[in-house]
Amino acid sequence: MGFEELYYLLKGALVTIELVAGALGLGLVIGIPMAVGQVYGNKPVSKAVSFYVWFFRGLPLLVLFFLFYFGLFTLINLDLSAFAAASLVMGMRSAAYQSQILRGSIQSIGSGQMLAARSIGMSKSRAIWHIILPQALRLSIPGWSSEYSGILKDSAVAYALGVMEILTRANFISSRTYKPMPAFLACAAIFLILTYIGVKSLNLLEKKVRIPGYGERREI
Amino acid sequence: MSETILKVQDIHKSYGDLEVLKGISFEVKQGETKVIIGPSGTGKSTLLRCINQLTPPDKGCIWLNGVELTDHKVDINKARSSIGMVFQDFNLFAHLKALDNVLIGLIKVKKMEKQKATELAVEELRRVGLEDKASSYPAELSGGQQQRLSIARALAMNPKLILFDEPTSALDPELIGEVLEVMISLAREGMTMLVVSHEMGFARSVANEIIFMENGVIIEEGPPRQLFSRPKHKRTGEFLNKITELYGESGK
Ligand SMILES: Nc1ncnc2c1ncn2[C@@H]1O[C@H](COP(=O)(O)OP(=O)(O)OP(=O)(O)O)[C@@H](O)[C@H]1O
Ligand SMILES: [Mg+2]
Repeated sequence: MGFEELYYLLKGALVTIELVAGALGLGLVIGIPMAVGQVYGNKPVSKAVSFYVWFFRGLPLLVLFFLFYFGLFTLINLDLSAFAAASLVMGMRSAAYQSQILRGSIQSIGSGQMLAARSIGMSKSRAIWHIILPQALRLSIPGWSSEYSGILKDSAVAYALGVMEILTRANFISSRTYKPMPAFLACAAIFLILTYIGVKSLNLLEKKVRIPGYGERREI
Repeated sequence: MSETILKVQDIHKSYGDLEVLKGISFEVKQGETKVIIGPSGTGKSTLLRCINQLTPPDKGCIWLNGVELTDHKVDINKARSSIGMVFQDFNLFAHLKALDNVLIGLIKVKKMEKQKATELAVEELRRVGLEDKASSYPAELSGGQQQRLSIARALAMNPKLILFDEPTSALDPELIGEVLEVMISLAREGMTMLVVSHEMGFARSVANEIIFMENGVIIEEGPPRQLFSRPKHKRTGEFLNKITELYGESGK
């Protein structure tokens, strides 16, 4: 595998990164209100969130891709590129997972924090925004770390939609050169490196925003 | 005769089948300190939470400075910001430094500008002897310091009344004194306080009245001297003797 092929593959890595970043970002933006709604919302809201989570966690990613890209998006005449469709579906699916990570963090925060916030006159929504979320988001970083590595690997399924990510390109190279091993090895190496970089960065972030008394190394 | 700050009238509260408060009425006047005592599970904490509507009562009325808090039309967040609350387990905002714990109410609730708020917050920290801990997180403070910080957080809002729910019960004996000292000086400065506490030394030295509650009702209410020397009810005398034995008389 020559320099040109490697360059071609690395451009695929960029597509993968964009796909993953888009999905994680969208998942965060939808996941936060979902988690808040599930914990603090009324019955219908928390029921709706549970249903959403059940749906998106219960289906294989490939089924979701086909269902939305070939099914729903076509049906409603939504003309999205394969890349945009993949980001959107992965983002909606990640929201389901991220909301549950965050919900766990919110519920692990003692009720005294909310009581104290309300006692100085904060409204419920202000208390959630200024007191609960800053703590819950910090506690969620380890969970995101596994969500990141999960999404990164899942992004290869976008191959099925023809998104020009790493695996799709590795497959092209393999069939053009008739040498599958170098192409797929390089593909694997890129995934491993991306996993390492992402998880490492989140570890650093966790350290950077760490608060004394929160999620520290245990001495005993 | 000083004016009435807090008026509690016929408060009832049930959790399911359990009637926790069975018609509580009393008043607190400007500058007064009232101490509520009573056995565990009697509804003391529930009563305090009913007063600032963190737990809305089922029945009865609460007035603060003539404004009815139990009225649904009242802006309860605004009303609550003028009632301080100090908790047994502090409930400091864990992600905020000491100074920011005091600041956040001034900035986010009172909408004060940053500089003015900071000056005020620093002043409140000084008042409770924590000016050198401004940039420590709650987890880096001792129990006594944490409780003093939570008093500073309440004071910063310039409350008309402060509710204390067993403020020294979670503290090691050697840390109780520093918190009681702050509370005593507040009482002397004329702060209006309603304190659930079994620190009888504190009650005797600063309380205008002691309220003895049992099983959701007020059994007896009166000045400490009267309750200690000639209680009207036998239960009051028994209970006072028991807690004096248990807790001693620290904070005198
Ligand atoms: N949120 C709640 N849901 C159900 N029951 C509750 C709730 N809060 C309090 N109770 C019950 O109400 C009763 C009174 O509780 P409360 O905490 O007011 O008592 P207390 O006098 O403060 O006791 P302690 O001295 O132990 O703090 C108890 O039996 C308690 O179990
Ligand atoms: Mg209590």
